[in-house]
Amino acid sequence: MSAYEISIISIIGINVILAVSLNMISGFCGQISIGHGAFFGTGAYAAALTMVGTGSVPLAILAALVTGSLLGLAVGFASLRVRTDFLAVTTIGVNFLFVGFVRKQAWLGGEMGISGIPATGFGPVGNMTMILLFAAATIALSLYISRSWMGFAFRAVGEDEGTAATLGINAGAYKLAAFGIGTALAGLAGCLYTFFTQFIAADAFDFIFSVMLMAMVVIGGIGSTWGVAVAAVGLTLLPEAIRFVNDYRLLVFGGLLVLVIRLAPSGLAGLVQKAFLAVRRS
Amino acid sequence: MSAALQLDDVAIRFGGVQAVGGVSFSVEEGDFVGLIGPNGAGKTTLIKIIAGLLRPDKGRVQLSGVEVTADGTAARVRQGLALTHQIVRPFREMTVLDNVTLGAGYRHTSSPFRALMHLDRRRESERAAEIIAQVGLAGTERKLAGSLPLGQMKRLEVARALAVEPRVILLDEPLAGLNHTEASKQVEAIAAVHARGITVVLVEHNLEEVMRICRRLIVLNNGLVIGDGEPREVMADPVVHEAYIGGGMASHAEA
Ligand SMILES: Nc1ncnc2c1ncn2[C@@H]1O[C@H](COP(=O)(O)OP(=O)(O)OP(=O)(O)O)[C@@H](O)[C@H]1O
Ligand SMILES: [Mg+2]
Repeated sequence: MSAYEISIISIIGINVILAVSLNMISGFCGQISIGHGAFFGTGAYAAALTMVGTGSVPLAILAALVTGSLLGLAVGFASLRVRTDFLAVTTIGVNFLFVGFVRKQAWLGGEMGISGIPATGFGPVGNMTMILLFAAATIALSLYISRSWMGFAFRAVGEDEGTAATLGINAGAYKLAAFGIGTALAGLAGCLYTFFTQFIAADAFDFIFSVMLMAMVVIGGIGSTWGVAVAAVGLTLLPEAIRFVNDYRLLVFGGLLVLVIRLAPSGLAGLVQKAFLAVRRS
Repeated sequence: MSAALQLDDVAIRFGGVQAVGGVSFSVEEGDFVGLIGPNGAGKTTLIKIIAGLLRPDKGRVQLSGVEVTADGTAARVRQGLALTHQIVRPFREMTVLDNVTLGAGYRHTSSPFRALMHLDRRRESERAAEIIAQVGLAGTERKLAGSLPLGQMKRLEVARALAVEPRVILLDEPLAGLNHTEASKQVEAIAAVHARGITVVLVEHNLEEVMRICRRLIVLNNGLVIGDGEPREVMADPVVHEAYIGGGMASHAEA
């Protein structure tokens, strides 16, 4: 395998974790977050500092999971107070704040970012394998949650909090759980990204990247684990395959997002399901 | 033994409107109470206060002797309360079966962690199917709740409320908008609920049905209790009569 292939596959794995974890928050539980990049970045920086300080891979993973979910729970608490549409604005704000904050912090490398992060010692193929294993585990967890009573209650909260409450479901607790789990996984993705690049700077976690993640969720099919995972793979490869897309990422992903919402609101997963039903009928 | 439901001096004001102005009453375990009154009397507001959907400005709410005034709706449901909304609110994107199954699994959903530990739904969906049949909705299990006609949605509300195995059930106009046949089916379902020992508080404008099935009437007017007692005696009270004529309900009151 060439170094290029290894790096593409690693990025795909990381984006799958990010998109699937965002789908838990926005797809399963209906809490629109357009700031997933902030939690991704938090995990990346936490892992970078831990690696520089201790060189311990398990500690870096732990630090990323914990810091990602702590920030996520803080935003989750905010989501208990605001309406869903306002939550979207809040999370965008969190993303801009994160990038703005990191750029001004000398201890986080400021504009220059953090470079020379110690290697994991697994080599590029080893890192890639670890990333793919975590991506597989994330998909498995997502599938499990969607089949469990937690996923069932998430759907209820996403559809109508008031009605959920009349069935004894504490919507607030479930929203916090969705944010806590989803952002912990975003933090994990950040840690894997740090292992992969050994160099991080704030730009990688900006709002545009968060929009791309939301595009993966919507295009894949809101709430569908497999649809979202497939869309994450496709939308990661697209800019690699087509130069134009790479130059106009925001335009292309934003445009795709709007098109899907207008023409096929249930995304890839919905189209596949329709096709499947059509084939079965004929 | 403490009452199933007790209100002490409950009041709430919306801007200039004193929607509920200091209401106290208690409902015994197993009773069937009709809460009536003209439009705007404060019935729905009172039901919402009991259910924790509205915070009263003052007063206390107790369920089976446990003070719940500070608790949210979900916590009260776990204390044995259930309610149906005057304006139906099912999960429209879920099937009828899922709507009821989710209630039937209330033990699993008490906390997210507990919910994460449980996968199996067979027992709950079997129980849900039984409840759906009880309210006369058998055959609609796989339909999306949002696609049901109003009459069936009203019954789905009752099924969802029953699913959480309540000791007290609050029904806000479960007959409104139903035709005669639908209404009598719904009344049958409600009577069956009461026959199982569940305490019922029924808000309803259809006085004919109310007089037929309730054992006690509480009459609200302008947010205050103006009558309380055995249905026939209450309806014979000139004060109650006056309120209804004022509210344009005279013809119903005669029924
Ligand atoms: N959220 C609110 N904001 C302001 N005023 C309200 C609100 N809810 C109810 N009210 C007012 O409080 C009073 C009582 O309303 P409520 O809905 O409790 O009456 P009701 O007895 O249920 O009437 P109906 O028989 O028409 O359902 C009315 O004057 C109503 O306009
Ligand atoms: Mg009302």
